[in-house]
Amino acid sequence: MSIGHTLLGLLESGPRHGYDLKRAFDEKFGHDRPLHYGQVYSTMSRLLRNGLVDVDGIEPGDGPERKRYAITEAGIADVGQWLTQPEKPEPYLQSTLYTKVVLALLTGRSAAGLLDTQRAEHLRMMRVLTDRKRGGDLADQLVCDHALFHLEADLRWLELTAARLDRLAKEVGA
Amino acid sequence: MSGQHSDMSQQHSEPAQALLSACDLRKAYGPTPALAGASFAIRAGEVVAVMGPSGSGKSTLLHCLAGIVRPDSGTIGYGGRDLTAMTDAERSTLRRTEFGFVFQFGQLVPELSCAENVALPLRLSGAGRKAAERTAFEWLERLEVDDVGRKRPGEVSGGQGQRVAVARALVASPRVVFADEPTGALDSLNGERVMRLLTDAARQTSAAVVLVTHEARVAAYSDREVVVRDGTVRDMAGAL
Repeated sequence: MSIGHTLLGLLESGPRHGYDLKRAFDEKFGHDRPLHYGQVYSTMSRLLRNGLVDVDGIEPGDGPERKRYAITEAGIADVGQWLTQPEKPEPYLQSTLYTKVVLALLTGRSAAGLLDTQRAEHLRMMRVLTDRKRGGDLADQLVCDHALFHLEADLRWLELTAARLDRLAKEVGA
Repeated sequence: MSGQHSDMSQQHSEPAQALLSACDLRKAYGPTPALAGASFAIRAGEVVAVMGPSGSGKSTLLHCLAGIVRPDSGTIGYGGRDLTAMTDAERSTLRRTEFGFVFQFGQLVPELSCAENVALPLRLSGAGRKAAERTAFEWLERLEVDDVGRKRPGEVSGGQGQRVAVARALVASPRVVFADEPTGALDSLNGERVMRLLTDAARQTSAAVVLVTHEARVAAYSDREVVVRDGTVRDMAGAL
């Protein structure tokens, strides 16, 4: 995810302090990975340098000064461009799972056992996400669904690979 | 329980706390083995997904556990009794009084209204028409389909029909619900709704659910999963 574009997008509704930006980001997009303060301030410095935000005001306080950031016209254009650009589909050709399966075959270990263990772990995670969906709002459900569909795709690959292990063993020379 | 006991000399020894268990089940259809030494156990209130590739034997396992199909050998224990030693009539009574069923499709009686379909298990157990219909509507409301109670199955959507089927499976307070690909004919949204309502209702009533599915997202509504491969059962809890 582009943190810079996301923070810029959050600024479109009005100027905010860095702390407010972090809170809004974590609430809407952070889920398991909240932003570090350092990330927010380094990102805002970069956006400021590139003319995509302005400092709208500074409030002195006990600690460091609190800058309030506002998005610029160039920033609005940048967010617009980012939103209209399709994301590159990730083909995951460097799959760790595939590597592990082949290595297990090459070294005489149980590739079927490895696939079973992975399958159980994937389903365990899918249960966690499904439970979260049960108690969550629509935003939670959509985020969890995205993860669930990806995990399901992995599981289908695990099934297919389990069914083709004998052939794969021959082809990789195990 | 019906009170019709089979020969107690054939009592089944069940794993501790298991409500329903099977040991070393074997079943062949002609020369084709469907189950080749399958064992399984489920506790009260537990939802267990039975997964596996097509033709692996998972539906045969469900049919044996539910007393629909008699295995060639092996034992199936339920409440201290061996299902395989029961007569057809005893198993039929057990299915009506203790078990509930949800299949992929074609399970509702087309000539009856949805409410009458849900009331059917209660009527077969001797409940009066009004009382059975009242309970049926309570369950239809719980499954969020009370608005279709007066309609016939042919007049409702697939998702609504499946929720009616879930209501019918649960209306007589079964101790075990057998669900064979219950969302197989539904789109993702309807499938998830059926699974949420089915598992919520089963947990509230402490019913065990044996859920046959090939879909991981459906299995994710279970407490644990087992995988059937080549007619044997692998308990995935042991794979971790």
